[in-house]
Amino acid sequence: MQLIECPWCGPREEVEFHYGGQAHVPYPDNPAEVSDEEWAHYVFFRDNTKGRFAERWNHTAGCRRWFNAIRDTATYRFERVYRLDGPKPVTP
Amino acid sequence: MSPRTPGADLPEHPDFLWRNPEPKRSYDVVIVGGGGHGLATAHYLAKNHGITNVAVLEKGWLAGGNMARNTTIIRSNYLWDESSAIYEQALKLWEGLEEDLGYPILFSQRGVLNLAHTLQDVRDSVRRVEANKLNGVDAEWLEPDEVRKVCPIVNTSADIRYPVLGATYQPRAGIAKHDYVAWGFARRAYEAGIDLIQDCEVTGFATDGNRVSGVQTTRGTIAAGTVALCAAGHTSVLTDMLGIRVPVQSHPLQALVSELLEPVHPTVVMSNAVHVYVSQAHKGELVMGAGVDSYNGYGQRGAFHIIERQMAAAVELFPVFARAHLLRTWAGIVDTSPDASPIVGRTPYDNVYLNCGWGTGGFKATPGIGWALAHTIAHDEPHANVAPFSLDRFVTGALVDEHGAAAVAH
Repeated sequence: MQLIECPWCGPREEVEFHYGGQAHVPYPDNPAEVSDEEWAHYVFFRDNTKGRFAERWNHTAGCRRWFNAIRDTATYRFERVYRLDGPKPVTP
Repeated sequence: MSPRTPGADLPEHPDFLWRNPEPKRSYDVVIVGGGGHGLATAHYLAKNHGITNVAVLEKGWLAGGNMARNTTIIRSNYLWDESSAIYEQALKLWEGLEEDLGYPILFSQRGVLNLAHTLQDVRDSVRRVEANKLNGVDAEWLEPDEVRKVCPIVNTSADIRYPVLGATYQPRAGIAKHDYVAWGFARRAYEAGIDLIQDCEVTGFATDGNRVSGVQTTRGTIAAGTVALCAAGHTSVLTDMLGIRVPVQSHPLQALVSELLEPVHPTVVMSNAVHVYVSQAHKGELVMGAGVDSYNGYGQRGAFHIIERQMAAAVELFPVFARAHLLRTWAGIVDTSPDASPIVGRTPYDNVYLNCGWGTGGFKATPGIGWALAHTIAHDEPHANVAPFSLDRFVTGALVDEHGAAAVAH
């Protein structure tokens, strides 16, 4: 089983984690003012990148904290993990 | 039960059914994706509309993606009118497909049981049965003792972790041999003069205002009157090239087969709650599907713990499977949508049609979507069966929520 590096607990088995989808999707600043189309894009539309993808994970069976990861969706390899409140790392 | 050689009743492996042409420089219609949906669309373009200046572009080999990886279950017992219309039309086409294609597809209407394990499952299932009846779809609610009569090997005792409280039953549902279906469609399309071009990956699109003028491929640029995207799990790779956002997420979906066994399983059993679906192929192997792996993935493989859970569910429901050996596991890449319904129809480009978002259930729709997409292309107007599944429903809010009937959690 793949090991995922929780930033707080260290490497743990994949089965302990819950997937949270694309990271860095901000809630609209003025939700009441956005158009239907903008709201639809916030609610339903996410990137579906083949390759390096910034996404959220939760260590549900451990510390129960959220974190972000850069993972390759073609190879499933985790390239790095980082804190939820951190900026998206610049990847080459 | 008399001894039987597994596979003895199957047709011989066919000779080559199509040639491999060099792509021409231009076609009236270019279909991207040579899986079931792309091949069926090509077949019905020729058969129903006389449109034969068509190319089907496939980056690998014909029907080598999800068409070769699904668990071949065919049914139409979906909840909403919109879904019933397209899946039931597909089922009617399946019933005549062997004749239409002039090719054996081993379509076996052995029925599908969708098990209910909780009181909420029961309420949802009964509601779905009644909705199916109103839409002319054959459906029955079965109590546990009736489930046992249809499929004696299901454990219907009350002392298991998730007891079987009943099931919906669609007698006309069943399975078909997926490879033969693809070959049958491919042969008919080829006979009609359609070019099936394998080893031809799309690398970009040439655009001219609101139109796509050509498709750039690893085998050169091909001009196109109309483009239809039938790329399933790789749809986003194409729409990213076009700058169109589509609300699908690609996930690995795993399945497996056992070694060949004597016939033990007379029907198809699906369980949404414990997450396994099982049938026994004509050759004798048990074919079992799992739920999707949770993360986005394009790898055509998934995590082993998904298989482990799926096997735990299978052995609890079918104690007789406990000693069967696993032969092979694999995964396909499924494009799931927010409401577990497909996304078909217009795009921001005037001459590009989208067909994606079928998630875990695209195989059963193969002839139905081929029929409707061909009509859509021929008339430049979405067929009534696909009109409700437009991309703009996510803006208007007219979703078609089939998370229950999809029977595989997305």
